[in-house]
Amino acid sequence: MTSTLAFDVEAVRKDFPVLAREVHGKPLVYLDNASSSHKPRQVLEAEREFVEQHYSNVHRGVHTLSQEATDAYEAARSTVARFIGAQHDDVVFTKNVTEAINLVAYALGNPGSPVPLGPGDEIAVTEMEHHSNLVPWQMLAERTGATLRWLGLTDEGRLDLTNLDQIVNERTKLLAFTQVSNILGTENDVPALVARAKQVGALTLVDGAQSVPHQPVDVAALGVDLFAFTGHKMLAPSGVGVLWGRGELLNALPPFMGGGSMIEVVQMTGSTYAKAPERFEAGTPVISQAVALAAACDYLGAVGLDAIKAHEVVLTARLLDGIRELPGVSVLGPDSTEARGSAVSFVVDGVHPHDVGQSLDDLGIAVRVGHHCAAPVCRRYGVPATARASSYLYNTEADIDALLDGIVQVQRFWGAA
Amino acid sequence: MYQEIILDHYRNPHHKGLRDPFDVEVHHVNPTCGDEVTVRVRVLDGIVEDVSYDGQGCSISQAATSVMTDLVIGRKVDDALVAHEAFLELMQSKGKLEPDEDVLEDGIAFAGVSKYPARVKCALLGWMAWKDATAQAVAKQKEAS
Ligand SMILES: Cc1ncc(COP(=O)(O)O)c(C=O)c1O
Repeated sequence: MTSTLAFDVEAVRKDFPVLAREVHGKPLVYLDNASSSHKPRQVLEAEREFVEQHYSNVHRGVHTLSQEATDAYEAARSTVARFIGAQHDDVVFTKNVTEAINLVAYALGNPGSPVPLGPGDEIAVTEMEHHSNLVPWQMLAERTGATLRWLGLTDEGRLDLTNLDQIVNERTKLLAFTQVSNILGTENDVPALVARAKQVGALTLVDGAQSVPHQPVDVAALGVDLFAFTGHKMLAPSGVGVLWGRGELLNALPPFMGGGSMIEVVQMTGSTYAKAPERFEAGTPVISQAVALAAACDYLGAVGLDAIKAHEVVLTARLLDGIRELPGVSVLGPDSTEARGSAVSFVVDGVHPHDVGQSLDDLGIAVRVGHHCAAPVCRRYGVPATARASSYLYNTEADIDALLDGIVQVQRFWGAA
Repeated sequence: MYQEIILDHYRNPHHKGLRDPFDVEVHHVNPTCGDEVTVRVRVLDGIVEDVSYDGQGCSISQAATSVMTDLVIGRKVDDALVAHEAFLELMQSKGKLEPDEDVLEDGIAFAGVSKYPARVKCALLGWMAWKDATAQAVAKQKEAS
């Protein structure tokens, strides 16, 4: 089979030292990218160079290192902003996407919220959310007396939009949903959801944790109000995430955390707050991780997000086709690459996902098992858990074939085929 | 990790299924993986009269629960707790403990599991549920007497 890949995967792989290691005496096949990705040398070197040569606290000094560190931190913000089609000041660095979403959920419930919530108001989500984009809204509803509603799922693993107009209605203040599901792989129809939210005047927040690493994303073009993603799934270190918001909205939101850097004037009787992004970056921020995230954006940009997406489509198709040939193995989620990311959840009849994952690990193959922080999805489809393989730019067709072969070996070991 | 003994208990679990009579029923879940088990315990005169259970989970959690019932049913509560302690210690040993077959019987097969921290919780799920239910059953009887 001729390869349709648009970049040199072997060259990319050389940038990721971990891909050369063995696990249980077998070459590592890393297919747990939806959980977290590996980091290329270029990202590690950018972070190291910053820490070794330019590190200091940011925004707080006149000395040279302080200025260099501030410049690097703000340059990182610009790079990340460009990466998602945003303005510099609209990008807030957080710890991860979870913190970004909680930031919004708390700010919206704080006094002075531009969208005050109370009994009779509604927050809408979907049944396929990661707990990070579900539990904060449950908690906000609890704090304010608002009602949480959700869009259900079809048997094919897509959002059921037949009752969209009932779920998102005049009482809806916010619609929060994931662009791409981390468990089903489903890519949601952002324009349709945004259009309905706009009709009823609801804010939209999109969880981009599984989209930004894998495909071109332009937040301005999406027309959403708020957008969040996480660095560690896109070649950056853990510890840095991003909240993007429309400038007017960010500056109208009350702060979430109080502390240093987020203030204007502080008196014993009260304080006024800085504008975004500092408004939401109380305390010393994640400095070197932000610099590394910018390096990750540069790395992904140089390979090309379109090329990465095309590469993943090839791998995902190969995996879906392969699984279809295996009796007793089924996919949870869309069975084609249409409007789909690279995360493929599967169930092996008669073998618990934990045992599938452990047996694959013996073969050097890393997949994730469990409910993937989306327990309601497992419940919806009547499974306790799934195994999930998720590919990224450095995976190869050989990785997919190793997994497919591994699944057959698992079935043989467990007497399930 | 997957010793023959574990696979045997997994394929043919002992004492499985919920039975009457019982004093206490508990439901425990492993929130990280979604495994769950319901355990019923009947304690009579300080003896673990019956332990019955139902649940869904991986081979390790199912087999460990099956082995657990062998080790506690018909024993004095205190002796059963000794077995529990021994199993717990084995699970926390990171593979560095030589298990005592006299105390743990088939439970010794789980020594290898202790090297896999992610799976230790699976092995302990049924045990923890049993311990919880037994403590409740004992407390209930103290209250009644
Ligand atoms: C869709 C989605 N949302 C949120 C998260 C949470 O990411 P983090 O743990 O980095 O906050 C994840 C990943 O675990 C995810 O896949």
